[in-house]
Order: sequence, then C-alpha cells, then structure tokens
Amino acid sequence: MEKFEPVIVAFCCHYCAYTAADMAGSQRLDYPPNVKIIRVPCSGKVDAIHILKAFERGADGVYVAGCLEGDCHFKNGNLKAEKQVQYLKKSLDEIGIGGDRLEMVFMSAGMGELFARKAKEMTEKIRQLGPSPVHTQLEQQAKQKAS
Amino acid sequence: MDYIQPFNRILLVGCNECVTVCSAGGRKEVGLLSSALQSAFLSAGKSIDIKEHTLERQCDPEYVEELVGMMDGVDAVVSMACGCGVQEVARRYKNKPVFPAVNTKFMGASERQGVWAERCQGCGNCLLGITGGICPIARCSKQLMNGPCGGSTNGKCEISKEVDCAWQLIWDRLKMLGQEERYLDIIPAKDWRTAGGGGPRKIVREDLAG
Ligand code: SF4
Ligand code: SF4
Repeated sequence: MEKFEPVIVAFCCHYCAYTAADMAGSQRLDYPPNVKIIRVPCSGKVDAIHILKAFERGADGVYVAGCLEGDCHFKNGNLKAEKQVQYLKKSLDEIGIGGDRLEMVFMSAGMGELFARKAKEMTEKIRQLGPSPVHTQLEQQAKQKAS
Repeated sequence: MDYIQPFNRILLVGCNECVTVCSAGGRKEVGLLSSALQSAFLSAGKSIDIKEHTLERQCDPEYVEELVGMMDGVDAVVSMACGCGVQEVARRYKNKPVFPAVNTKFMGASERQGVWAERCQGCGNCLLGITGGICPIARCSKQLMNGPCGGSTNGKCEISKEVDCAWQLIWDRLKMLGQEERYLDIIPAKDWRTAGGGGPRKIVREDLAG
C-alpha cells in the first residue's frame, strides 16, 4: 500500500499563527508540507461552513489557529473560534468523519517553534487516524473515472 | 439521514423567516446541512446530489410555487422550515416525498444570543393582560391559573432550579405595576377549545379572504 500522506488544512489568524508560520520559516524550522495554510483575518472569522467544506472536499484533518487567550485583536474571536470547534467536533462525530480530526490551537506571532511543533503533532495524529472516509471515497471515485 | 437514504437527488429548502433568525433553517444552515450530509453519505460510500435553495417563506403558497422548476430534477425534498412550511411544500408537491430537517419546538423569545425559551402556547384567549405580561400557560409547568403551587422556591419552579416560577414572575411584575389587587381576581377554569381542544383551528379574515 502506498504511504498515506494526510491533507491538513490550517486556518491561521493573520495576527498570530500566520506570522508564527512565517517566523518558523525564517528560523529554518522544518514542518510537514501536509499542512496547507489558509490565512484568515481572525480565527473567529472561520465559519462552520469553511471547516465542513474542507472535510467535504477531502481534508483528513483541519485545525484553527488563533491568538493566545486575551490577545485577540478583536477581543475574543479566538474564544468564539474555540467554541465553534468544540461544537463542530460533535457534528463531525455524527457525520462519521470523527471529531478528533478537528482541533483548535493557540499561539502568538513569535512562537515559530510552537507553530512547527503543532504542525508536526497534527500531521502525526492524522497519519495515525488514517485517511478520512470522505477522502477515501473521493479517491476511489477519481480512480473509477480514470479507468 | 435514514429518511433520505433511499434517494439520490435531494432538494434542500430553507426558509428566510423565523427559522433564519433562530439559526435553525435559513440559508446558512442549508449550506451547513448540505455539506454535512454530503460528507456523511460519502463516508458511507454513497454520493448524493443535493440542490440548495432558500425561499422567502415556506408557509405561503406564492413562495412555495417558486420551487416548481426544480422539482423535476429531484427525488425528494428536505425542508428546513418549521412544521408549517414543511406541510405547505408537501401539500403543493403531492408526488414528492417531503421530509422535515428541523424539529419545531415552541413559540419563544431569545433570552440571549444562542438561547431561546418558550413564551406562548397559542391558547387562543390571551391572559397576559391580567397576569402582568407573563404567560402562566407556557411558563408554569402545571399551567396553574391562580397563583403558585407549593413547590415554588426562591423564585424557581419545583421542576428545576434552572426554571423560573412563572407565578413568582407574575407576582413580582404585578407589584411593580402597583396592580397587586389583580392577583386576587379569580381566573375561572379555562375554556381550552380555543387552544386546540375544539379541533384544528383556523382564522378567516372576511375582509381579506376572497
Ligand atoms: S395566555 Fe395563551 S395566548 Fe397568551 S401568551 Fe399564554 S398561551 Fe399565548
Ligand atoms: S413552581 Fe411555579 S411555575 Fe412551577 S409549577 Fe409551581 S407555580 Fe408553576
């Protein structure tokens, strides 16, 4: 069997995690290329539909990265994001995708090292969980079409 | 999901009115449910075609008519409106199975963002004018009409510490209004015919009805 490379979508707040990713880059820290970063103006701006669509299109894992508690540029967007993530985890369990494929993480703009570590941890965790059932099906469909 | 399992092409219809403001069945929820269903079916190895559409109102035939053009291409309809909307769609499109996506629970008000509580049971003969604007039918667990039961404690109902005692609220409000004497008025046994006891209810406005 070919090695499973998870597709992970990271919604990163412009004021913290996105800058932390940049920092990780300039510190020459390695982190897995599986993580696809989407920059958002605030983690609180990540709507349930963005997360669900990511899974619908075959993401194996998704995480939302916001500022540390008390550091949100828009007061409490990060805490709202966390509530949303917790709520959606339950929906993902119901759908059969599994709530543990979705996480919320907090960091500041200076934490390049933490960004790289979280990216690694998430990639490892999802690698262990295996591909999401939606991903598997989409690949099968694509193969059928091709043959 | 069990409802729509046998079908391949679904029309998911939202409603722009009440279910939109209470975050249950508006355009946004249609998008979310559609995506969730899509993923759920895919996970189970089935791909379905879901069309999304949101009507201005589902409880008026004029708006429900707008779905005509979409009906041919679908096997079943899932409605995110309240029970009234679901039934209106089912009445108009007799040959399509129509399923509810929302459990319509009560007529209520929002206490704060994300929290809704029951306020009225549509009894058809409103008592609010004599009960200080607080409904003993919808908000007293025993639907008492003449003061609290013995279980009223520190303003809470005996069924739960989370539930305000309606009669405490009524008394407090009457006091605030200086209408304590209202409390002494005996409210006679209620005639429940207007509350549904007399069969399905209907309102006809002769001036409006053709
Ligand atoms: S008395 Fe009847 S109509 Fe008035 S609020 Fe209560 S249930 Fe509704
Ligand atoms: S405690 Fe109050 S609200 Fe509860 S049943 Fe008794 S009178 Fe009604």
